[in-house]
Amino acid sequence: MNKTSDFSKSFRDSNLVQGVVAEIKKITTQNWVLMEICGGQTHAIMQYGLDQLLPQQIELVHGPGCPVCVTPLDQIDRAHAIAKLPEVIFCSFGDMLRVPGSEVDLFTLRARGAQIRVVYSPLDAVKIAQENPDKQVVFFAIGFETTVPANASSVLQANAMGIKNFSILVSQVRVPPAMHAILSSPHSRVQAFLAAGHVCAVMGYWEYHPLASQYKIPIIVTGFEPLDLLQGILLSVRQLEQKQSIVENAYSRAVVEKGNQAAQKIIEQVFEPCDRNWRGIGKIPQSGLGLREEFSFYDAENRFQVGHIQTREHEICIAGEILQGLKKPFDCPAFGTLCSPTNPLGAPMVSSEGACNAYFRFSKSNNS
Amino acid sequence: MCLGIPGKIIQIEDSIGMKMAKIDFGGVIRSACIEAIPDAKVGDYTIIHAGFALNILSEEEAMETLLLLQEIADLNEELSVNEQDI
Amino acid sequence: MDDPIPVFEGPVCPLPLKNNTTIVMGHGSGGLMTHTLIKDVFQKYFNNQFINAGNDFANIPISGSLSNGKISISTDAHIISPIFFPGGDIGRLSICGTVNDVSMSGAIPLYITASFILEEGLSISDLEKIVVSMQVSAEEAGVEIVAGDTKVVEKGKGDGIFISTTGIGWLPDNIAIRGDLAQPGDIILISGTIGDHGIAVLSARGDLGFETDLISDVAPLNHLIQSLLREIPEIHVLRDPTRGGLATTLNEIAKQSNMGMEIFDELIPINSTVQNACEMLGFDPLYVANEGKVVVILPAKYKNKAIELMRNNQYGKNTTAIGEIVSTHPGRVVLKTSFGTTRMLEMMAGEMLPRIC
Repeated sequence: MNKTSDFSKSFRDSNLVQGVVAEIKKITTQNWVLMEICGGQTHAIMQYGLDQLLPQQIELVHGPGCPVCVTPLDQIDRAHAIAKLPEVIFCSFGDMLRVPGSEVDLFTLRARGAQIRVVYSPLDAVKIAQENPDKQVVFFAIGFETTVPANASSVLQANAMGIKNFSILVSQVRVPPAMHAILSSPHSRVQAFLAAGHVCAVMGYWEYHPLASQYKIPIIVTGFEPLDLLQGILLSVRQLEQKQSIVENAYSRAVVEKGNQAAQKIIEQVFEPCDRNWRGIGKIPQSGLGLREEFSFYDAENRFQVGHIQTREHEICIAGEILQGLKKPFDCPAFGTLCSPTNPLGAPMVSSEGACNAYFRFSKSNNS
Repeated sequence: MCLGIPGKIIQIEDSIGMKMAKIDFGGVIRSACIEAIPDAKVGDYTIIHAGFALNILSEEEAMETLLLLQEIADLNEELSVNEQDI
Repeated sequence: MDDPIPVFEGPVCPLPLKNNTTIVMGHGSGGLMTHTLIKDVFQKYFNNQFINAGNDFANIPISGSLSNGKISISTDAHIISPIFFPGGDIGRLSICGTVNDVSMSGAIPLYITASFILEEGLSISDLEKIVVSMQVSAEEAGVEIVAGDTKVVEKGKGDGIFISTTGIGWLPDNIAIRGDLAQPGDIILISGTIGDHGIAVLSARGDLGFETDLISDVAPLNHLIQSLLREIPEIHVLRDPTRGGLATTLNEIAKQSNMGMEIFDELIPINSTVQNACEMLGFDPLYVANEGKVVVILPAKYKNKAIELMRNNQYGKNTTAIGEIVSTHPGRVVLKTSFGTTRMLEMMAGEMLPRIC
């Protein structure tokens, strides 16, 4: 049998799914609120309709796990300002193209003549810089710790190859400070966390033990296939029912406690923790990763003085409260009316893992 | 933030400043940076995210997890059969 | 093919360039160079009485009278990069695309017109390959290319070559096949694996840096469709899921018919390489373009016969039933997963982009 299938398709087996769902139903005796903080997991839950399988007592809340949704507005506006420069080829992951800034989005800028390219990997942007020596190539380096090593290696490669026309616009965020911020909020309803499996593949899960014991919540390292997610939910509920609050690893084929130390070294070589604004949430101290001084040459913010950025969030958008799980998309006055996937007012409606986008599509199915 | 799928390392190559490999995702071939998995060999499976290898996948752990889930499924099937008998 | 219109944009070289290997502005001027291009490339390969006559029109016979049938007509523009891709090229794409559009009404496609916008610098040998490919595709489909036009734009103002085609067919009066005719209980068939063309082309384009062995499914489907029409007395809807993929096409039909659809995820045929490429990039194969597939919606009682007939055709070997028309949730397409859960399949909104989330 093809091993690539073993590592993913076996974790979609419907018999096993039924079995785990039956077990969850068997052990659930009261209401529980679980949060997942990874856009990829939100996407998988929506794609497979996993929340439809769960007993009514279990509520899945989608946290700020989508780097698209949490990139601060001023950084998006800065990205747009840089992308407009005629000497710049602006490279980005596809996720960011539709995100509205204060005025427009990257798609519109492309239509107006800006050179904007979608790349699968930051290393592809380095290649573009190599192939276009008379242009400045800027890569929009967003992401959580999963993506940070890839972003870091683009800087290392450019440096090793002496490529000077490459730079990155950084907006990277760390998960543990975000979890702290959510859990420490007096309005938090979260009782258990599904920790993002690929973030943990890089960083490990040793950082979560103090979180679990401080806030007395179970934290389960969870993968992305249907069985992974259901297993994560099962273990969370089992702990909650037994009043336990420890960290467990339900993605052991991909994650070890210490994480990938070689990847962590790559991150530490290029980046260091810094304060970061999360769109809709505000500043979370030490929650970002910025370029170290020795790599500041590659910092697009230094290289391009795009002047004072005037940001303007849409007044009605309540993205912040939604991202923290404090409100549901239905609570927003603009949901489904002024704000929809074809006309998004804020990031959670743009990204297909954003809570608002997912609810918009899911709720139509539910009502049918 | 975590779109990463398993792929098999089919060729390891050194490029300037970066250890790279050709990865086969079941008929789709793409190169990826394997700096973070220096012990990787051809034939290993890894999760690739944005062109970067995050780890080496453990087949043993995968099998163990599936066995565990199978036990849960079997137990619940037994229970539901027993309920029907009652 | 076109009346020479004087163009006064500056000094004109009085002597036509000989032995060109690339298209230059002079090829679009309507003068001797244009006529030489037409003779040496277009007339050479589109070799039929209409093209050879060299008029600006073609008078074509329609056998059958307008009192027991209709002319079915469709037009399309074709832009693709790269212009040569695994499994085909822009020439084959343009002929098959229009043959298929006309066939989706149940009409028999007969004639095609083709107008070309060529970018200065396009290699003439590439143009020749494309024209040959068009003729080969036309012969396979049994249609004739009867009229055309050529213009040239300056370098940088055209992506190598754009082709616009119009197809004309004959639709007998006893056939009624349209997007608004789906009925509750109808079965939905797809003629084969989805997403092959889109992923093959994306792979060939190289921007996302991946390679596959996939080839485009571009093909003329008129013979397959006619074989169905000869034996199945009642077919309600035919449509080819091109841009926007299967999901968009199903949505269009659901809205036109004001019917609901229930589609079963596990039944949709997808090549594993396409599936893996989509998973790697974050695409949904249901939204990836196809150029050689047809959705057939017909009464359930003809399901098995239709599948058998379609599988007998080289372009329908993987024909499968994937769902049915329902009267609940009109206008909406619901996908049922293998776990028994559901999700809405929407129309594609905007461009499909690779993601990291």
